[in-house]
Amino acid sequence: MNDWLLALIEMALFVALAPLFSAWVKRVKCWLQNRRAPSLLQPYRDLRRLFAKQVVLSHNASPVFRATPYIIAGATLLAAAVVPFISVNLPTAAIADVIVLAGFFALARFFQALAGMDVGTAFGGMGSSREMTISALAEPAMLMAVFTLAMVAHSTNLSTVIDYLLAQGLVLRPSLLFALLSLLLVGIAETGRIPVDNPATHLELTMIHEAMILEYSGRHLALIEWAVQLKLLIYGVLIVNIFFPWGIATHNSLHALAVAAGVVFFKLMVLGVLLAVGETVLAKMRLFRVPAFLVLALTLALIGLLSHIILEVG
Amino acid sequence: MSTSFLLTTVLVLPLLSAVASFTTDRQPALMRWLVFPLLGLSGLAAVWLGGQTLLQSTTETLIYSPGLPWLHWHFRLDPLAGFFLALIGIVTTAVSLFGPGYVREFEHGKQPLSVLGFFTGLFVTGMLMVVVAADAFSFMVAWELMSLTSYFLVVYQHQNAANRRAGFLYLLMAEVGALSIMLSFGVLAGFGDGFSFEAMRAAPLSLTWASIAFALGVFGFGMKAGLVPLHAWLPEAHPVAPSHVSALMSGVMLKVAVYGFIRLSFDLIGDVHWAWGVALLIIASITALFGVLYALMQHDLKRLLAYHSVENIGIIFIGLGLSMIFYGTGYPLLGTLGLVAALYHTLNHALFKSLLFLGAGAVLQRSHERDLERMGGLLKRMPWTGLFFLIGCISISALPPFNGFVSEWLTFQTALQVPNLSSGVLRAVIPIAAATLALTGALAAACFVKVYGIAFLGQARTRRVRRSSEASRGMVLAQALLAVLCLLFGIFPTAVVNALNHVTQSLTGQTLSTATAHGWLWLTPVSADAASYSAPLVFVGMLLALLAWALVFYVLRPAGRAQTRRGDTWDCGFGPLSPRMQYTSTAFTMPIRQIFAPAWRIHEEQEREMQPGLPLEPAQIRYQVHAEDITWKWFYLPIVQLLHATTRRVSRIQTGNLRHYLAYSFVTLLLLLWLIT
Repeated sequence: MNDWLLALIEMALFVALAPLFSAWVKRVKCWLQNRRAPSLLQPYRDLRRLFAKQVVLSHNASPVFRATPYIIAGATLLAAAVVPFISVNLPTAAIADVIVLAGFFALARFFQALAGMDVGTAFGGMGSSREMTISALAEPAMLMAVFTLAMVAHSTNLSTVIDYLLAQGLVLRPSLLFALLSLLLVGIAETGRIPVDNPATHLELTMIHEAMILEYSGRHLALIEWAVQLKLLIYGVLIVNIFFPWGIATHNSLHALAVAAGVVFFKLMVLGVLLAVGETVLAKMRLFRVPAFLVLALTLALIGLLSHIILEVG
Repeated sequence: MSTSFLLTTVLVLPLLSAVASFTTDRQPALMRWLVFPLLGLSGLAAVWLGGQTLLQSTTETLIYSPGLPWLHWHFRLDPLAGFFLALIGIVTTAVSLFGPGYVREFEHGKQPLSVLGFFTGLFVTGMLMVVVAADAFSFMVAWELMSLTSYFLVVYQHQNAANRRAGFLYLLMAEVGALSIMLSFGVLAGFGDGFSFEAMRAAPLSLTWASIAFALGVFGFGMKAGLVPLHAWLPEAHPVAPSHVSALMSGVMLKVAVYGFIRLSFDLIGDVHWAWGVALLIIASITALFGVLYALMQHDLKRLLAYHSVENIGIIFIGLGLSMIFYGTGYPLLGTLGLVAALYHTLNHALFKSLLFLGAGAVLQRSHERDLERMGGLLKRMPWTGLFFLIGCISISALPPFNGFVSEWLTFQTALQVPNLSSGVLRAVIPIAAATLALTGALAAACFVKVYGIAFLGQARTRRVRRSSEASRGMVLAQALLAVLCLLFGIFPTAVVNALNHVTQSLTGQTLSTATAHGWLWLTPVSADAASYSAPLVFVGMLLALLAWALVFYVLRPAGRAQTRRGDTWDCGFGPLSPRMQYTSTAFTMPIRQIFAPAWRIHEEQEREMQPGLPLEPAQIRYQVHAEDITWKWFYLPIVQLLHATTRRVSRIQTGNLRHYLAYSFVTLLLLLWLIT
């Protein structure tokens, strides 16, 4: 029972901290670009404001449009529930393994893209078309990267994978290095960051995600924004906890949990700085350059998989 | 009730339905009150008999002697046959609910209804008989019954040239395939000394002869199932048949081919060789990717669905290929996992593909449109059809918690077991197949976003679509039945896997007992540590998560104001948006067309009508894209050319001179006499 309570608390932490992580990335970016940064609480204020606003629906909007924000937020929340955040003994991790995790993201994306086409504007269709194209290449890359991990640890269960890597100690495996690089590229593409998509723009020629949610307002928009922030944090936690698992709590004592929370915080802060640096030094790619970027991710993941199978097994 | 009585009922009911359809020429209403109910009863009986055989894991052989005295008809009910009987039964039941509403369209058509009813009944009989046949004769008779009757259904509306052409292609390929299956049985019967499956099973085969039998089987059954490059008939024939027949053909007939393949390789040949698995895996991966890439380029809804059948057959055969590799290299447990994944996907595809074809049929009947580019906004006009079609789209896109996801998950889990294998080549090939499967799944999701977004969401693009209304009650009910099953088989995978264990037990003597060892909540294919998926908890979790967000909103909501307002869509300040400004199906797939360009032969057509006096200002632009199947150029046309060249050579001996022909006969007779003595 304690385990389940802990899992619930971790999930709540995930949800509560997601806007903070986005704010942190934005703050570092502002520092790097000589701008004055907004308060770290700004995303929370935005969400609160959006929740309080009236929803304006298009006359064309169908029930799919209204249900989508809840489905996206729900699927992302479930995804958060199965990723080990502070403690590795997560009972919820057994419910859904890493393939199901990809499935949750795919479900959210499916509805997001449908909602984009629901109102019947050119913008929405454009966003949906681009999003599905990009994800069609990003999803296999992600699966291949996590399959590398799964084969290394003989499990697709995230808790087991992290446990195994912790028990192994510091072993430099080329396969994991490739998987890490691939997952970084996929994470950038899937969470819509520079150089694939720019979350800060409404310029029609470049936008992908923003084009799909152009018609949303009020609480619907709040839920979608929150889910986007949550997804970014999930990818961050996946990367830091799988490839640098040291510090994560392996037993549920209060001390261990507190230490683990501190360590994860630190790791995420470093990752946030790296992301901000990346977004500052890179420019957004032309849309038809993105496939090359994702094929690179897929190739890296496949090389990782093959190098595990050929070099490390047996 | 005895099994033989039940089996007779199952086979006779659709025959009765076929015969009864002759009454409909005088009384079209009897189609609704007699023909389809009989068909539905046969479906229910098949589900009952199949389910019973499957769940109780019984095996029973029955011998009928209707025809020649020394040539009895052997029928055998075992769990594999039971599984496929139940599968055919479910879809037949749904189709017979759908049919009465759907065929009203044909009541005043050019063709008599009786033809449709007659061949549909015979078609179902043929399919049911194939899966219970236990000797090569009755199998081939049933197989031909199935192929020929479906040919007549394809050319039912033969006033269209496209239907006649598709029908001819289908008939030709079906017969070539049947020939190959017959040869495969011939090899087995030759060594086993008898045409009953019993004798064939006992045949002592060398590896070479077993491989020959297997290759002939892959060709024959693959042609029916639609393995690339033998799929060419499928996207032609499935769309032109009446929609409920398309559902039967795509949902069930392809599965009968899968049944034949499993029966031949896992049961009759028995000892599978790993190299066959590798060959099959490569063909299957190509099939899956090819199918989805071509599906993406289609804008005829039924043709698109037909290409998706090609894709899903690929996924099923990926599971079968993996299974063969693991069985052949001495990992029976993992081989069983692959087989279970393939069978599970067979069931799932039967459900969601029939559901989607029925949905497409409902749309076709209400709006008379098959072209996606002319649809739009159907969800508001056909809310129930729209809902069930959405469920079909989610299922086929392999998204949790629906059924398509479970079988793909199981296939991935099988592929992830490669580190067990000792051969480096195998270890390298399988991950690439898994990558192909992942790519296929993601592209399928993109394709169904396109289908649903263009057809059901947005605004209606033509007047006929704008005026369409919900389909009749029976048609909606049929879709509801299949949609509910899609959800149930997605949420309770352990029950399905338990049932499939009976099949694998009787086929290979192995079960996947680990998969359900942790109770009905947990699906753990290899061990709980390696992977687990709890579909019921995911479903409950999803509901709880929705509830949680509703709660968040409840806490943060503003007090005392209208929560929602309707307004115009944002139009950038340029005036009202028209339906023509929406993204089209062609536009939606343009980025994918650019990325995977070598996969198709793209024909682009552009017509511009210039404004008089303004040579640079077009008044009207027409743009059309057509993706031609590359197998035509690289596979079929060379065969046709070879055939023409050969016949031209052969035709030289046909001089038209009577004396020459007499000489030929004389020489042939001499040769035969010499052979006999």
